[in-house]
Amino acid sequence: MTIDTFLLIEKIVLILIIILASMGIAAYSTWAERKVAAVMQDRVGPNRAGPFGLLQPLADGGKLFFKEEIVPNNSTKWLFMLAPALFIFTSLLTSAIIPWGPDFTINTADGSRTVSLQVADINIGILYFFGVVSVGLYGIMLGGWASNNKFSLLSSIRAASQAISYELALGLSLIAVVMLTGTMSLREITAQQHGFWADGYFTWNVFKQPLGFIIFLTCTFAELNRAPFDMAESESELNTGFLLEYSSMKMGMFLFAEYINMFVSSAILSTLFFGGYNFPWMDQVAQAVPSGVFSLICVLVLMAKVVGFILFFMFVRWTLPRFRFDQITRLGWLGLIPLALANMLITGAVVLYVLN
Amino acid sequence: MKLTDRSVAVDRSPMTFSERIYIPGILKGLKITLGHMFKKKATISYPEQQRTFAPVFRGLHVLNRDEEGREKCTACGLCALACPAEAITMEAAERLPGEEHLYREEKYAAKYEINMLRCIFCGNCEEACPKDAIYLSETVMPANYKRDYFVFKKEDMLLTDEQVKAKRLKLRKEQ
Repeated sequence: MTIDTFLLIEKIVLILIIILASMGIAAYSTWAERKVAAVMQDRVGPNRAGPFGLLQPLADGGKLFFKEEIVPNNSTKWLFMLAPALFIFTSLLTSAIIPWGPDFTINTADGSRTVSLQVADINIGILYFFGVVSVGLYGIMLGGWASNNKFSLLSSIRAASQAISYELALGLSLIAVVMLTGTMSLREITAQQHGFWADGYFTWNVFKQPLGFIIFLTCTFAELNRAPFDMAESESELNTGFLLEYSSMKMGMFLFAEYINMFVSSAILSTLFFGGYNFPWMDQVAQAVPSGVFSLICVLVLMAKVVGFILFFMFVRWTLPRFRFDQITRLGWLGLIPLALANMLITGAVVLYVLN
Repeated sequence: MKLTDRSVAVDRSPMTFSERIYIPGILKGLKITLGHMFKKKATISYPEQQRTFAPVFRGLHVLNRDEEGREKCTACGLCALACPAEAITMEAAERLPGEEHLYREEKYAAKYEINMLRCIFCGNCEEACPKDAIYLSETVMPANYKRDYFVFKKEDMLLTDEQVKAKRLKLRKEQ
């Protein structure tokens, strides 16, 4: 079987760019988090490490590298080292299915080729995302277990129970979207949200599924372990948690993977509900510029939406106090799942009787 | 028994629907936080900007001189007696006939040391001095790596010649 070397090079370059970009964006998310927290609290954030504190993430990374690595004595060594690696591996894995832009054509010696900006266009895209996020939960659970510490174990069990409670509502709200679009592949979903206005209504899914969007947003907060659902993290800040026994770069990996998760979840949110790389008047722009430049513009539009969501996550984190564990589970099981079921029923009824 | 007029009855009524779904409350909170983004920041960027101290701020010690440049301290030892941390030590000496422009009275302090690691900057020495010879200025105590740095000798604390001139000018202006 001959391998199309050009395709191979294309994919490898795309994967490299995506991994480097997501790590870079996650690193600067830490900077943005501190700055956003500061301006909301009437103070100035880090501004000494480079202009406006832009070299602060480098300083933080350097500090974490230079610290001493402590591995607890009676813990299972290889599980202990595996947990942060698993966590960051699954965070990076979910970025494979997101369409970053439309296909563009380049002219080579053999004729024109279309290059797609999506690493893997599988036709069960959303299901893949869902599955990988569930596997990412293993990282937290292993971290708590391998620490050989009862408090870490308790904290990781709580984090795991929070995550599985909200995964159900996540899946149910996703089913409503799939019913509307008829496909699970992210490329098709984005293609169906072309432009901004068509046939007398908005094309973006957020206007067709407002309740589903709110449910999905709340469940994303809970999956990312982000305030106000950050009970697992807060235990690390306050007394103990699954991060307790980790030092230097392993803890850095856990914290960093959380920011990468935030970036990828924002991208999924914008792709599913906010039209991905579509923007109003995109057809006029597509005719005015060459296809490579148009793809770049679409990528920038998607990035702008992702940055908007990341800022929204940070905004909510520094506004709300955190929930108690029983409040979290009550909200997940008794609040969001009935709402998501009702949403699904209403969507199904509308699709069957009105749109058919 | 009501102690003040400011008591408020606690509202234990069950939550209304709009309170139970939490979203209107969350939106109100988000609006408050957004408002804070555009207010003036309360941070002072040290060392570019510095806060002004109160006039009675107790900083580093200064040994005073009068308008003619003569040292006021007579090594009476009242400051060492008053110091609660026992930080001041001194040795007295007699003024020789040729040194009348240097010292005011016949007894002066040949060695005067304050151990800044013991000093608590209370100002008791300033209050106890009968000759108005020691007072605490506005300078902040600097830091160092070695302990020997912190035993301040008389020369470190004595007013310099420029400061004596500045004092003279200020007094002449006030007259």
